[in-house]
Amino acid sequence: MTELAAAGALPKPKRDILPVLLPVILALAMAPLIGSGSSWVTLTVASLAMGMMIFIMASGLTLVFGLMDVLNFGHGAFIAVGAYVATLVLLPLAPYVQADSLLTNLAVLAPAALLSMAVSGALGLVVERVLILPVYGQHLKQILMTTGGLIVAEQALYALWGPQIIPLPLPTSLRGSFIIGDIAIAKYRLLAMLVGLVVFAGIQLVLNRTKIGLLIRAGVENREMVEALGYRIRRLFLGVFMVGSGLAGLGGVMWALYREQVHASMGNDLTVLVFIVVIIGGLGSIGGCFIGALLVAMVANYGGFLVPKLALVSNILLMVAILMWRPRGLYAVTSR
Amino acid sequence: MMILSGDPPRSRVLSVLLVVIIAALAITPLIFPGAKAMNVATKICIFAALVASYDLLLGYTGSVSFAHTMFYGIGSYAIAIALYSMGPTWAAVATGVAVGLPLAMLLALVIGLFSLRVEAIFFAMITLAVASAFLVLASQLSWLTGGEDGRSFQLPELLRPGTVLISKGVLGFELNGRVLTYYLIFTGSAAMILALLRVVNSPFGRVLQAIRENRFRAEALGFRTVFHLTYANCLAALVAASAGMLNALWLRYAGPDTSLSFSIMLDILLMVVIGGMGTIYGAIIGATIFILAQNYLQALMGAASNAAADAGLPLLPGLLHPDRWLLWLGLLFIASVYFFPTGVVGRLRNAGRKPS
Repeated sequence: MTELAAAGALPKPKRDILPVLLPVILALAMAPLIGSGSSWVTLTVASLAMGMMIFIMASGLTLVFGLMDVLNFGHGAFIAVGAYVATLVLLPLAPYVQADSLLTNLAVLAPAALLSMAVSGALGLVVERVLILPVYGQHLKQILMTTGGLIVAEQALYALWGPQIIPLPLPTSLRGSFIIGDIAIAKYRLLAMLVGLVVFAGIQLVLNRTKIGLLIRAGVENREMVEALGYRIRRLFLGVFMVGSGLAGLGGVMWALYREQVHASMGNDLTVLVFIVVIIGGLGSIGGCFIGALLVAMVANYGGFLVPKLALVSNILLMVAILMWRPRGLYAVTSR
Repeated sequence: MMILSGDPPRSRVLSVLLVVIIAALAITPLIFPGAKAMNVATKICIFAALVASYDLLLGYTGSVSFAHTMFYGIGSYAIAIALYSMGPTWAAVATGVAVGLPLAMLLALVIGLFSLRVEAIFFAMITLAVASAFLVLASQLSWLTGGEDGRSFQLPELLRPGTVLISKGVLGFELNGRVLTYYLIFTGSAAMILALLRVVNSPFGRVLQAIRENRFRAEALGFRTVFHLTYANCLAALVAASAGMLNALWLRYAGPDTSLSFSIMLDILLMVVIGGMGTIYGAIIGATIFILAQNYLQALMGAASNAAADAGLPLLPGLLHPDRWLLWLGLLFIASVYFFPTGVVGRLRNAGRKPS
């Protein structure tokens, strides 16, 4: 009883609600500027879908950094590898992809996505063991090693698949849009949002409701203390790294289907976006990463609609604005 | 010794290598007047200076910047746009220099003040983001930069290939505008490298190394580390922009692919690490190895690839394809970060010494 009473007496952790409201405020503020309600809904759905996909790719990166102080500049390689592996399944099974039945389509998509995750996760294992383990704790070398890994991975993809762009058509049942009144909502975007939410919920559940999650959160806050309590945080880290790489692979598949093409340079292009998201969110914070991804996507979509020229630098402007407000990102989790 | 700022190569093999490289570069136009050899030699000169300026950042301050090509590009574009819009005059060249250098420095100052306060990692990410935005900007603002096509322009009369200063009969080789441009680039690059050598061996350079080794301690000793790091960032940007200007003069063209792309950034990284970080001399070695490999290794790989294809081996033809040379240099890069982080120069310097 006394324990419970003591727990009850603890002050509630302060909830920092402002960043959560930011995307909502942004979306509402943009509504009058855009004018037409249907365009606003379409743009908002597009931003949410894009944001979810970026979040899936970025979540692993931010956790790995938060937990182990390792920043993987080769994260984009996992994204590209995921997309390429998906073509291995989706292109030979093209008839099933083209079949006009949601079930058949999903029955092909799901194994493709799972295989991509498995392969990029396994690649994550190799990368962690070979590239990151030897330079553990040395930032400069980590950046160099992982950048080297990115070069090698990109070139290896070119060597295996050739330098051309591989078209990857969307499954038939996911093409087109639902039309409600004069509002059009692309089907694939709904799927992307759904997957993104599931991943976000899954990560939050694991982090907040399981023992492993508790250890990870504790490790993010204070690694030495967790080690001192006898947990092998290196192994935990390896697991997080693999899951993060797998998620990057999943994000790569979704992005490739969204763009309907696969190319080895997509890893490079997306790395920049992912970094911006991770910086905005605060290194190590999953919640911040989620909000950051939404913000980046919203600014890209609304900005592209309102002032097309501005869209080119909108991400940088957003990042500067956020960092002026909170120099360590929306949620500063680590003390580093 | 004075000209090397009291920082000699400190290795016999290295000295010989450097002398050979520099001598070869100095006489290239006399012995190999062909277009390819001249292009390779010019590229080595320009990249040696560019990589040396990057070494000031990476090797001496320990901060990884991915925006170095941005400054290189600013220099290139400044010259190209000035000469394109003002016509082929020396006034236009001067305008390009007068606009490009301050612009590069201002941008470096802003980035530095903004992101060098915190961790090296933060700086790396911010520079990557800014540089990619700049690349997009340069390829989209086509009224100014010519978009993806870039800008071609004419050089002032004196530097054109058609201008013959001394005809072939007099000295045994032709001294034309092209050769003159080459020597302009050669001396320009050499001056920049010597200036950088001066910088890193000054008290200022020592502070940079102190910051690299232990920023906290350097701060405790009373050095304003942000000031020093930003200063170094600005200096490196200035040299990079100047190298970009030389590059534009040689190519008579500036475009996103030749001066801004991310792959050039990776090339610079490869060169500085393979050559040897924190040595300046490593820049010359790294640039020479890399550019020779880029231009001549591919032929070798093509032959190997064909041989592998003839032998019916799977996978190997693809891996040995001439376009995949970067794959092997990437592996070499990882191996050098891991096994000999001081690069070729560090290796040579240590070779003479008895292991204690």
